[in-house]
Amino acid sequence: MESKMKESNPILEVENLSASTDNLPILKGVSLTVYPGEIHAIMGRNGCGKSTLSKIIAGHPSYNITNGDIKFLGENINSLEPEERAQSGIFLGFQYPIEIPGVSNLEFLRVSTNARRKFLNKEELDTFDFEELVKEKLEIVKMDHAFLSRSVNQGFSGGEKKRNEILQMALLEPKIAILDETDSGLDIDALRIVASGIKKISNTQTGIILITHYQRLLDEIEPNFVHVMSDGQIIKTGGSDLALELERKGYEWTDNFIKET
Amino acid sequence: MVNENLVKDVVKEPYKYGFVTDIETEKIAKGLNENIIRLISQKKEEPKYLLDFRLKAFKKWQKMKEPDWAGLGYEQIDYQDIIYYSAPKQKEKISSLDEVDPKLLETFDKLGIPLTEQKKLTNVAVDAVFDSVSIATTFREELAEHGVIFCSISEAVKNHSDLIEKYLGTVVPASDNYFAALNSAVFSDGSFVYIPKGVACPMDLSSYFRINSGDSGQFERTLIIAEESSSVSYLEGCTAPMFDTNTLHAAVVELIALDDASIKYSTVQNWYAGDEEGIGGIFNFVTKRGKCLGKRSKISWSQVETGSAITWKYPSCLLLGEESVGEFYSVALTNNLQQADTGTKMIHIGPKTKSTIVSKGISAGNSINSYRGLVKMGTKAKGSRNYSQCDSMLIGDQASANTFPYINSQQPNSEIEHEASTCRISEDQLFYLQSRGIEFEEAVSMMVSGFCRDVFNQLPMEFAAEADKLLALKLEGSVG
Repeated sequence: MESKMKESNPILEVENLSASTDNLPILKGVSLTVYPGEIHAIMGRNGCGKSTLSKIIAGHPSYNITNGDIKFLGENINSLEPEERAQSGIFLGFQYPIEIPGVSNLEFLRVSTNARRKFLNKEELDTFDFEELVKEKLEIVKMDHAFLSRSVNQGFSGGEKKRNEILQMALLEPKIAILDETDSGLDIDALRIVASGIKKISNTQTGIILITHYQRLLDEIEPNFVHVMSDGQIIKTGGSDLALELERKGYEWTDNFIKET
Repeated sequence: MVNENLVKDVVKEPYKYGFVTDIETEKIAKGLNENIIRLISQKKEEPKYLLDFRLKAFKKWQKMKEPDWAGLGYEQIDYQDIIYYSAPKQKEKISSLDEVDPKLLETFDKLGIPLTEQKKLTNVAVDAVFDSVSIATTFREELAEHGVIFCSISEAVKNHSDLIEKYLGTVVPASDNYFAALNSAVFSDGSFVYIPKGVACPMDLSSYFRINSGDSGQFERTLIIAEESSSVSYLEGCTAPMFDTNTLHAAVVELIALDDASIKYSTVQNWYAGDEEGIGGIFNFVTKRGKCLGKRSKISWSQVETGSAITWKYPSCLLLGEESVGEFYSVALTNNLQQADTGTKMIHIGPKTKSTIVSKGISAGNSINSYRGLVKMGTKAKGSRNYSQCDSMLIGDQASANTFPYINSQQPNSEIEHEASTCRISEDQLFYLQSRGIEFEEAVSMMVSGFCRDVFNQLPMEFAAEADKLLALKLEGSVG
């Protein structure tokens, strides 16, 4: 199966990426390639650079790339604005989705969806057509219609915020989705809803990177690859077994790899 | 912090209304003295009581001192270096729009306020004021059928002198403040509205003020009277060309609402604000006040202030009638070196009176944006209530926002509530919107309109859309 996937071109190539913020190096040479249909999990302790990697791929302005390249569908995107990356199909699911008072969730979702549609040369949707589309997508994350009339993420519970992220993913239909600790703060039921949502949205043409601490999300969505990050580097890559082993042995076990390298 | 290069790349949209109409004007000599005031009054063929009103105001003004309590920074205004009357030359008596100079019609066309029969706005009657005079008022006959009077104040002085004599200066007395006194002495034109008893005005009324000449001040005066059980919605818009000198605009607006009457007064102020270095722009020193004279009367101010180098303006309500209601909804946006000191005064005099204040200040660039408001409960204002909410949004790290709420209660059996907040558009919020494909500029304007939502909801439909666009335009390139 693996070899079949690799007949196509990679969606995302991160090549020897180093990056810093306020002159503090955070990433120290990360390489990662994602092909269509693949699910990658990145695990590691807090502060190992997992979230930073996701933000840099999405184009966060606080980080400087000091070395290496990020390629999306074969094109270097190092200097693209975050909105350009998003329009072309890169999606970042936030660990802590941001609250935006006064901006209605529905309007936000519509403007965002239309920005992506415009890039795809699809017709932009008016309020009525969008309502139809969003209704259908709400089903995926089992969200109530009432969420749409509230301000973006404002007063949402942790679980509601995460479901709102997956709703956005469903609307934007990205080529690659990087989900940063989408499982944190979710109870078992919410985790199942989120996981099944992710599975419904992804297909053989999309790539997914799950950033997580826990096995429980990976029980729901089985990854093809598991990468362990430490101190700004990927120190070990394996199959889904690696996550189970990590769960059993803890991160201390991975410290040995650093010594070895 | 936020993506500086991108900000620099954004082409700054120039002020759209900065053009000058090349038209022959009749101007009087610069300077201010008794003779000038007599001359203005004579040009307008005014009755004696009005000349006396002017001269009295002038005497008071001479004894007054320009206020400095707002702490605004500007060079001393030379009141002798201003032309107090400037009017486009036209035929003595204009009986129809066909006789109006096409250049003037063209000017208003360009401003999006078509006046001619074929093109005029269908749902709004417009009074167009150019420098010191009113050019045209649309839909007069239609309004007259309902008994509604809508004309320039000069015309009202001629045709409805009894109403002018009865009400002019009763809400804002000539001695009220320095700029009101100046206006009372030299006011040239403005709008007059009279809604008779029991009439709900069939369409929105609107005045559009255009300053064209660079060396004359604009001193218009608006008077709106709503008789018992009547209602009206009035809109006001303003623009001016770009000059590198400052132009003085000192207007007075008086509203009177009798029993069960309601007046809604909305402003979109977009006077030229000066350039990025703060050169030029309008000094906007305005006194606006409404008197809720009747029981259960209501006056509602909503304003979107985006222009002017300096704004000094406090639309207020005197709540005399029992159960009368005053409202103030304001968005004030300042950028570059603009200064705005704006707010309201809610003076509760009658019992069971109610007032609501919602103020949203947005400061960008190096601007200063202050809310200054007074809520006063008089000794007889038993069972009265006020709710105030003042929110400030800062964009960038050079702008400043201040809130000065003054509260004065002489009535223990009344309630005053005040809430205030300050926020900043955070890099995280912008990144979140951008990471969903929303352009940087659009992200900023989405957040700004979100911030102003409560106020925009109060504006008439056409205005709300215009206000939204205006804010987006004003903020272009300001986030850095």
